[in-house]
Amino acid sequence: MKFLCVECDRQMQFEERQLPGDGTLAAAFRCPACGRVVGLLTNPMETQLVASLGVKIGGTTLPPQPMETVRGMVATGKEDAFDDGRERGAGSGPIWSLEAQERLARVPGFVRGMVKRIYLDYAKDRGIAEITPAVMDTARSELGLEGM
Amino acid sequence: MPLNIRTYHELTEADRSGLVDQIVAQRRRVAERLAGVRRVVAVLSGKGGVGKSFVTAGLARALARAGRASGVLDADFNGPTAPQLLHLPVTSCTLHDGVIEPLVSAEGVRCFSMGLLLEDGRPLAFRGPQTEGHVWRETLEAATLREFLADVAWGALDELLVDLPPGVQRFQELTELMPAPPAVLAVTIPTPESRDAVRRALRGALDRNATPLGVVENMVGGPFSGSAADDLAAEFGLPVLARIPFHPGDGAWEDLVSKLGRSV
Repeated sequence: MKFLCVECDRQMQFEERQLPGDGTLAAAFRCPACGRVVGLLTNPMETQLVASLGVKIGGTTLPPQPMETVRGMVATGKEDAFDDGRERGAGSGPIWSLEAQERLARVPGFVRGMVKRIYLDYAKDRGIAEITPAVMDTARSELGLEGM
Repeated sequence: MPLNIRTYHELTEADRSGLVDQIVAQRRRVAERLAGVRRVVAVLSGKGGVGKSFVTAGLARALARAGRASGVLDADFNGPTAPQLLHLPVTSCTLHDGVIEPLVSAEGVRCFSMGLLLEDGRPLAFRGPQTEGHVWRETLEAATLREFLADVAWGALDELLVDLPPGVQRFQELTELMPAPPAVLAVTIPTPESRDAVRRALRGALDRNATPLGVVENMVGGPFSGSAADDLAAEFGLPVLARIPFHPGDGAWEDLVSKLGRSV
């Protein structure tokens, strides 16, 4: 999928991605010549199709987590299916604000360990000392974490 | 006057999404994970109820008893049975170094299955829009297969047996994901109905350049009658590797291990 600014005859560049939370995905592309920005909006089924392929529009700056698609998409997984305790990052790195901890606790156990690790990696990667709900929101959009 | 719009391929500037690169990276991860697996064997029949999972588990256990490093990838996501058939311990899956450890049976068979992940008594259900789910469900199941191949620490194996669900779709997905087509073990029961279904599946596997190892006839001596294994063997020029009785002892599996070792 590419976007062309027909007026300038230039390929538009990915600018940012947003996940409003209603199943749609918004991606903005900017023309490097005239600066015009267009938005790509997918409906929930299109968003699901992209997610089903295990790819992210706009790319990603973090390596994929093991079984990222399965853990992010299976709705009937066991709470204790994965023991994430031995994985790196547990108990070290950025701290979690109380609000962020509460929000993380609401994530189903099947996927919680992976979500926690993604936010930790995101924060470490950017030198963020404390993970707050605002940091989680930004990471979710930047990384394309639909449903996390 | 129509607009002058260039084609997709004429736009050659770097694309930050890199969707093709993401797909290529997924395939590379599968190839790297399977690099230590000497042979991937798809256990297929094209038909339900012939005992593919039973044969897969019996063969994997016998391979392990014979000193071969064996694994089972349970690709029947909607009816997973490998954990019970292999008597796997009930425990959580652990992660290390970016991969998930397979569970290991007392006999040493490594296994990964959707049965390890699902809540007891609940079907496999995916998040997503509830309408028109058929549009994306198959894609998600293919992604699940990819992650079972790529994200499980299979390690060095002599044989990784892939227990396929009925039908040929999962086999096609497996072939598309792997760097080279897998070997195929066809399982049938003696009946002509089973023979006809397995014939279609085998033909589909050959169309995908898979290497057929032979035919296993299951539930022999039970209520089913016919000559499915002999018919298929003659038609495809394959050996009948085993005739598994309705109540098999260990000897039946050991004979299969011996013949499988000699097959291509």
